[in-house]
Amino acid sequence: MNGPQDIGGRHGFGPVRPDPDEPLFHAPWERRAMALTVAAGGTGQWTIDESRFAREDRDPAEYYALSYYQLWIRGLERLLRDKGLVTAAELAEGRARDPLPEGVAALPADRVRSALMRGTPYDRDPGDSTPAFAFGQRVRARNLQPRGHVRLPGYVRGAAGRITAVHGYHVFPDTSAQGDRETAHWLYNVTFAARDLFGARAGARDEVSVDLWEPYLDAL
Amino acid sequence: MVGAGAPPAGRRRPVLHRASRAGAQRHARGRCVHCQAARPVILFPEREDQAMPHDHDDHSHLDEETARVMALEKLLIDKGLVDPAALDRILETYETEIGPRNGAQVVARAWTDPAFAQALRDDATAAIHGMGFGGRQGEHLTAVFNAPETHNMVVCTLCSCYPWSVLGLPPVWYKSTPYRSRAVSEPRAVLEEFGVTLPGTTAIRVWDSTAEMRYLVIPMRPAGTDGWSAEALAPLVTRDAMIGTALIGAQR
Repeated sequence: MNGPQDIGGRHGFGPVRPDPDEPLFHAPWERRAMALTVAAGGTGQWTIDESRFAREDRDPAEYYALSYYQLWIRGLERLLRDKGLVTAAELAEGRARDPLPEGVAALPADRVRSALMRGTPYDRDPGDSTPAFAFGQRVRARNLQPRGHVRLPGYVRGAAGRITAVHGYHVFPDTSAQGDRETAHWLYNVTFAARDLFGARAGARDEVSVDLWEPYLDAL
Repeated sequence: MVGAGAPPAGRRRPVLHRASRAGAQRHARGRCVHCQAARPVILFPEREDQAMPHDHDDHSHLDEETARVMALEKLLIDKGLVDPAALDRILETYETEIGPRNGAQVVARAWTDPAFAQALRDDATAAIHGMGFGGRQGEHLTAVFNAPETHNMVVCTLCSCYPWSVLGLPPVWYKSTPYRSRAVSEPRAVLEEFGVTLPGTTAIRVWDSTAEMRYLVIPMRPAGTDGWSAEALAPLVTRDAMIGTALIGAQR
């Protein structure tokens, strides 16, 4: 999706404002929003790419007007509705009416630690598949413009770079955003000359390294 | 208006946060993190434990957001989708256990143990998991080493991917649109905003975390630390240095 999230190289957002004494959360509701999102994710009802798409697939004006955790909460509400875990009426009233679908259960407190420490590995067994590209090979990023989820930033589309790592066989975000946890493709680190991406305003020797899946790339 | 006395009584709201008042005041001089507006906000001077001292006198979205999140939390608990005690465990983990101290131990060990540094270059996932720092948003890791000729800097232009397992939760600036949009295209200007000026002879390599690989910058070991132990070095390693937006100065 050529959505509001894809902002690498965009102008107009102003200066970065680092705050050396920033608190971990800026409001009590942000703490709750973070914990709620992680806990609800712990039910295993959606993938990380489904949650990204739920936050990003919206009117750009809305996306830019919302703060980080506001986006998390709106994304969470949408996932809960889309997955049939909560109805629009329940969200509107804040009152539970319908029972949960069978097989859906909360992440219990005594399993939080192990779940967080285990994480969710995204590499898969490649079986007989071997990587199409080798370290050092020249490739070009495809000019893909799908309406659905994609992790190919706009600023690299059509640009040529070189393979600087073969990371492994990783779950493919485009399909993972539809709930598919198994479809995977070879994942590479691809390094571009900054000037090939951003023209003369970039440093002559600077580079940008981006992780890209095989279906995003063509051999040169 | 910053810190200009108590706000009208009607605006006082209960807060639960426990960040320092000093941090709150510095934060208050910046932008509103909720609406991103560059406008002053008022502290509640009577509350020492308060970190969210916003007086949104022309907009009330904060209260709406508090109500929205509280309602959602209650709904999910009532529905049985969320165990309330699990929320406390999650917060405990990221408020007290997982943070940049983890990454600092990795860096200090890399500075003092050449075999470990090599292991980090070869397979950072195994090396870092081997120190007990595994888990969510650190499942797959790459360590990138700064050198006089190359400076590394990490961003996620598409969202906010960040190595939680070694750095904790990301700061607001890392998740902000200015950093996400500009780190790839004008890293030198961004570094200047952090007070970092690199020599013209140093090339910058920016790592855009577009997949589930997470990046940890191994800063250059500061001058004046010959013979220091990993335990003595770790406190010198800052979070921003491990993102690549700070350097670690010489020690005397």
